[in-house]
Amino acid sequence: MYKNIIIVGGGIAGMAAAAALSEIGMEVTVLEREKLPGGHVRSWDRLFPTLRAAKEVLDFLNKSLGLLTEIICDIEVGSIVPTPGGYTIHCTNGDIFTTGCLVLATGYDLFDARKKEEYGFGIYENVITSADLEKIFREGNQVTTCGGQVPRRVGIIHCVGSRDEKVGNIYCSKVCCVTGVKQAIEIRQMLPDCEIFSFYMDLRMYDRHFEELYFEAQQKWNVNFIRGRLSECAENPDHSIILKTEDTLTGHPLKLTVDLVVLLVGFVPGSSARKITGSLGLLQGTDGFLLPADEHTAGNRTLLPGVFLAGAVKGPACVVDTIADGRATAVEVYRYMKHSEVAK
Amino acid sequence: MIHFGYGVMADATTDYDRNDRRIAEYLLEHEPSVNLCIGCGSCTAACSTGRMVEFNIRRLHTLIRRGETLKLKKEIMKCMFCGKCQLVCPRGVNLRNVILTINRALEQTG
Repeated sequence: MYKNIIIVGGGIAGMAAAAALSEIGMEVTVLEREKLPGGHVRSWDRLFPTLRAAKEVLDFLNKSLGLLTEIICDIEVGSIVPTPGGYTIHCTNGDIFTTGCLVLATGYDLFDARKKEEYGFGIYENVITSADLEKIFREGNQVTTCGGQVPRRVGIIHCVGSRDEKVGNIYCSKVCCVTGVKQAIEIRQMLPDCEIFSFYMDLRMYDRHFEELYFEAQQKWNVNFIRGRLSECAENPDHSIILKTEDTLTGHPLKLTVDLVVLLVGFVPGSSARKITGSLGLLQGTDGFLLPADEHTAGNRTLLPGVFLAGAVKGPACVVDTIADGRATAVEVYRYMKHSEVAK
Repeated sequence: MIHFGYGVMADATTDYDRNDRRIAEYLLEHEPSVNLCIGCGSCTAACSTGRMVEFNIRRLHTLIRRGETLKLKKEIMKCMFCGKCQLVCPRGVNLRNVILTINRALEQTG
């Protein structure tokens, strides 16, 4: 049995890695910044593409952690310093941990929609983000405008903070497309008389069942998909929002008034990862996410001995892939411990 | 009044709020498969009419759904109902019935 493996980050990647490691008899400590483990998934109501409750997935992961996992919440890692034969983790509350084997599962942050000023988030009250909408669903509240009215028209804006050189992110965040389709369906389920307009550049339905969900959104829920990147939002005196875009499939500029705008915010590299990268000297890609030793053949290893990467710290990923990646990390950790001097 | 030698041009923007969407609504009600379009252009590429004259069925039914129907009557008459568009559509849009339904809507709305 190997001991003293530290996982930084108790989101779903960290939890999946911890569960797999404890299952094969290894003692793990997970350090989580928030008051509870679960990361971003804690703020989700239902998951794409099957609309199953996010809570079910978290409950499953919580239950599978096993007796060999210790989760310490409400603790933030300040820096990680290499020492002979391992690493010293300095937490902001003064706690210090030493380990020979470290998994970084610090995840990502959401794009700050205020940076896309022309969309009016933080300026117009009827412009919200996909995370705000998910919170409304999660808390069982009604979707309303800022004035408390039922919206008759909702605009859903894809690629906010993604595929956009102007905000410095040229990469695709992968999961916003299907999130937008899912949320469009959920609004229609809640408000059958509300029209939905989704503005997109491409709809990247890359994974299993995604395309079917898109088909369902069109066929069953009559969601209107308009191909064109939103150019700007403008507010009417009644706080409704005028959207301007090019409808690229007709070749015409188009304007349209909606009562509520939902911005599908993408992934950006996590602030905690940035801090740790500095003190450890890990490699970052041009997108700012951490790079593994080899993206094809060693996706969970780094060039530092005993340091592993799990989940969305390496870039945008969905729940399914993140859990799988956490488990894959456990295999790499096991292989390392088995051959490492640290363990002996 | 001083004649400046130019007039006010019509706005080229599609104004979704003001456009008359009666034909669009009739079409969506009677042939809802039109909403499945993903704008791939297979229909236009296969179109018998489009090979000979300016006729873009993909663009046409998208314009109709936005309430842009000004030149519609003359345009829709160009279709020869060969049905190739429907054969190639990857989303199963019943395009022949889309055109037939647009014709019916035109009859009803004048």
